[in-house]
Amino acid sequence: MILNGVTLQPDVSGGLYWAERGLFVVADMHLEKGSSYAAKGQLLPPYDSRATLAILSEALARLKPEVVICLGDSFHDRDAAHRLDDDARAMLGALVAGRHWFWIAGNHDPLPPADLAGSCVEALAVGPLEFRHEPAARPAPGEICGHLHPCATVRVRGRGLRRRCFVTDGRRMVMPAFGAYTGGLDIFEPALSGLFPGGFETWVVGREKVRPVKPGHLSVPARLAHTNGAGKSAAPTGRDPR
Amino acid sequence: MPYDAAMSSLAARNEATPSLLPPAFADWFAARGWQPRVHQLAVLEAAARGDSCLVIAPTGGGKTLAGFLPSLVDLATHGGGNGLHTLYVSPLKALTVDIKRNLETPVAEMKLKLRLEARTGDTPSHRRQRQRRDPPDILLTTPESLALLLSYPDAGRIFGNLRYVVADELHAMAGTKRGDQLALGMARLSALAPGHRRIGLSATVAEPEKLEGYLGPAGKVSRVIGRGGVKPDIRILVSGERVPWAGHTARHAFGELYDTIRVNETTLVFVNTRSQAELIFQELWKLNEDALPIALHHGSLSVEGRRKVEAAMTRGDLRAVVCTSTLDLGVDWGAVDLVVQVGAPKGISRMLQRIGRSNHRMDAPSRALLVPANRFELLECRAALEAIDAGRLDGAPREEGGLDVLAQHILGTAASGPFDPAALYEEVVSAPPYAGLDRALFDRVVEYVATGGYALRAYDRYKRLYAMPDGRLRIANERVAHQFRMNVGTIVEEPMLKVRRRRGRELGEIEEYYVMGLEPGATFLFAGRIWKLEGIRDNEVIVSPAKSDTAQVPVYGGGKFPPTTNVAEHLRAIIADPARRRRLPPDVQEWLRIQEYRSVLPRPGELLVETFPRSKKHYLVCYPFEGRPAHQTLGMLLTRRMQREGLGPLGFMCNDYALAIWSLRPVTNPDPLFDEDMLGDDLEEWMAESSLLKRTFRNVGIVAGLIERRHPGREKNGRQVTFSSDLLYDVLRRYEPDHVLLQATRREAAGGLLDVRRLGDMLARVKGRIVLKELERVSPLAVPIMLEISKQMVGGDAEEDLLAEAEDTLVAEATRLL
Repeated sequence: MILNGVTLQPDVSGGLYWAERGLFVVADMHLEKGSSYAAKGQLLPPYDSRATLAILSEALARLKPEVVICLGDSFHDRDAAHRLDDDARAMLGALVAGRHWFWIAGNHDPLPPADLAGSCVEALAVGPLEFRHEPAARPAPGEICGHLHPCATVRVRGRGLRRRCFVTDGRRMVMPAFGAYTGGLDIFEPALSGLFPGGFETWVVGREKVRPVKPGHLSVPARLAHTNGAGKSAAPTGRDPR
Repeated sequence: MPYDAAMSSLAARNEATPSLLPPAFADWFAARGWQPRVHQLAVLEAAARGDSCLVIAPTGGGKTLAGFLPSLVDLATHGGGNGLHTLYVSPLKALTVDIKRNLETPVAEMKLKLRLEARTGDTPSHRRQRQRRDPPDILLTTPESLALLLSYPDAGRIFGNLRYVVADELHAMAGTKRGDQLALGMARLSALAPGHRRIGLSATVAEPEKLEGYLGPAGKVSRVIGRGGVKPDIRILVSGERVPWAGHTARHAFGELYDTIRVNETTLVFVNTRSQAELIFQELWKLNEDALPIALHHGSLSVEGRRKVEAAMTRGDLRAVVCTSTLDLGVDWGAVDLVVQVGAPKGISRMLQRIGRSNHRMDAPSRALLVPANRFELLECRAALEAIDAGRLDGAPREEGGLDVLAQHILGTAASGPFDPAALYEEVVSAPPYAGLDRALFDRVVEYVATGGYALRAYDRYKRLYAMPDGRLRIANERVAHQFRMNVGTIVEEPMLKVRRRRGRELGEIEEYYVMGLEPGATFLFAGRIWKLEGIRDNEVIVSPAKSDTAQVPVYGGGKFPPTTNVAEHLRAIIADPARRRRLPPDVQEWLRIQEYRSVLPRPGELLVETFPRSKKHYLVCYPFEGRPAHQTLGMLLTRRMQREGLGPLGFMCNDYALAIWSLRPVTNPDPLFDEDMLGDDLEEWMAESSLLKRTFRNVGIVAGLIERRHPGREKNGRQVTFSSDLLYDVLRRYEPDHVLLQATRREAAGGLLDVRRLGDMLARVKGRIVLKELERVSPLAVPIMLEISKQMVGGDAEEDLLAEAEDTLVAEATRLL
């Protein structure tokens, strides 16, 4: 996968690896989403943080990056970092230790996690790439963001398989959400497809690897189809940018 | 329905003079030229003894009045106005309203001073509040509304003077989650109103003692059996043409079906699926040269549309209604003189329930016509008739109460006030579905309700229940009680979307998953016509009339219920018995005869396994007759094994009767393959990954209050910041596989979607009795399932042609004698 001239490797964990710079990126971990619901009375299984961190830790052990960038919404809310239990906190501490770790601020976690190591930034530029949480209105070439949790429905033999995915047009990219409980937004939703007026490529996160999927194999949810003559144009279709 | 028509069927001619009947009642009966029936008086006697009572009588037997007589007599004698006297619980909202109407007439005519009100989800909130403050003498409601009433802090006051509970259609609720909820609710009522008596009303059932358990301890429940109606007259329609090899539509018989409707007054046409209802309705209208008023009724049509059909039926304006299980229960329509069942009936109780919808006059038989859509269905219809002749009803499908329902009940109990866990445990095990529940498991469910029940005690500060110094548990705050009330109920609907014509009226509702699988422009059958999908806007499906007259989108044609074990046993017996086979239609006889010649017909207790090569693949076809869910599970487990043995399985397909697996290399030794030990690790491993288990988990999670119900109209459009129950399931399974909700999920799936229990019984039964036939080519018995395979593998417009072609070749191949 090439973004603004840089070769990147989408990882089966849902993260993105830039081998040349030893740099690993994850978006939208939403740690402690479970306990956030629990506080509101829905006692979801309290294992989402450790499940998310286990996947992250496996990826880091495998790829051994020197730099890790978290693209924001790493914590589900402002208090989430304080709610991490001792095990999860130790796990996260061990991952951060010995690496350059950047926490980009998200809308769920605008304040930096004060008691955790790593640098907190609004956005970060590395070479020809720019890392931020939300897509910018006027994006710089090479923008990599999260926030939107892209998902795609792949049609296979009459069945629709919905999976997380990377979306890019070669100039900017939206990464899938990394968190264990995070839901998704269909890539044909205007909030997402509107970022790629010239069409986009989709890389779908499977169980064994990340696979590029041709637009013809993606299904446009009926919800997004053109329903009447008035107003807006029909839903954009994914087109091969090349 | 006019009141007189209903009540005339209640009266009998010459029965003993009522002694327990106050003069006002006796006069009322006499004024109408009626006498109370024996079973009506028997209920009064039981009530006078202080007993509860199970009334078993066919529809139209005056059962409802029997249920209310003790209450009415008591209220007439002692006067009303002392709070809630009688609670009536029915599975149908519509029934509560109808029963209320039917009771109002005798109450008015006898000038009884009492208040009679219905309370369901449709009752306006100001009336519901008033009902709590000042309850009527008789309240008619549903299990859900009862659960809600029990969750209020004033439940003790509302129910304190309760004398009678009348539970209607008990047979239809027992063994379901709603039955679990009702049983728990009644256990609660025993604590709140210790002296009350219960009257259960039921159709004939295989094991009445199980229903009696709902009503009270053994020895305190009288059984009253109403005079049975005349034996129903049930026939099987064998069309002049041949019985089809496969398919579920029964299209071959539509002409005769139409003729049948034409010569009868009013016909109810029951089918097993909504799509089948749509198809038959449409095809009948194509044939409808006389423009007979024929209507359609199923669960996805708008409530308004369904009410219209029901009202037209009540007025006697319709000649036929094509319907699904939505009309299994409900308001009596005197005019129905024929019930048609298209497709196999699947179960005896269900079939009798449906047949009972016709002819409510006691002296004439109900008439029914079964229309099998294919050869195996024909065998199944014969099996059903044999079972009815032998008086063999289906056993209860499910015995253990759901832990999710229990969790909901515990939270509801807490919402009404602090409870002592030990006392609540005693109360819960007095409800028959929970009689076998041990204290440890009960405590785990309590713990789940309180803290989520996670080994990692992360949520102590978010507890929903708190222990008080005296050991009782109380609810954390009003918000928790509110959440309970928003989530109450055990029916988890598939998420539905409204269907609306472009710039036009609403047509009904459709399952979200069904539409999400469609692309705009796809055509499908709905509300009796073919529509083109335009798109989905604001959670509404927008459609326009399609120009073509065939819908593109096929749906699985069989019903969701497998044949009951009872029906399956009779089916296997017919196949094994030459004498009974001789009574089948000629082409079906021939089919089985050639099967016997080319392969073999399994004898009682045997499982036939056939193997044959075809199109460079090797097929294994077996015939357990245990229904699709069990076969699906068997197929998954067998293919896993074959994979391990290097046989290269490529796929499998099943229906209610058979299972076919195709592979690169042939199976030569089926005995180890079918060994029961497949139900061990392989099953665990597969179940964990199965989407069916995930669906079950979602339902369990919603009922147990882990996941909040989606309330229609409240969803945000577009980006729903929510979580999926699948993700919760994956995480929970990994980190806490023994969690009580996973346990509840496995328990439920084992009996439900996966039917593991039935599969286990089958494997044990056929052990050492597997007959392997290694054939050179497909056998006649295998043709139906092979046709389903080829249908599944093609697709698109040419499907029917390809199917026809496939049928010809397969049949020729299978029936070639040399």
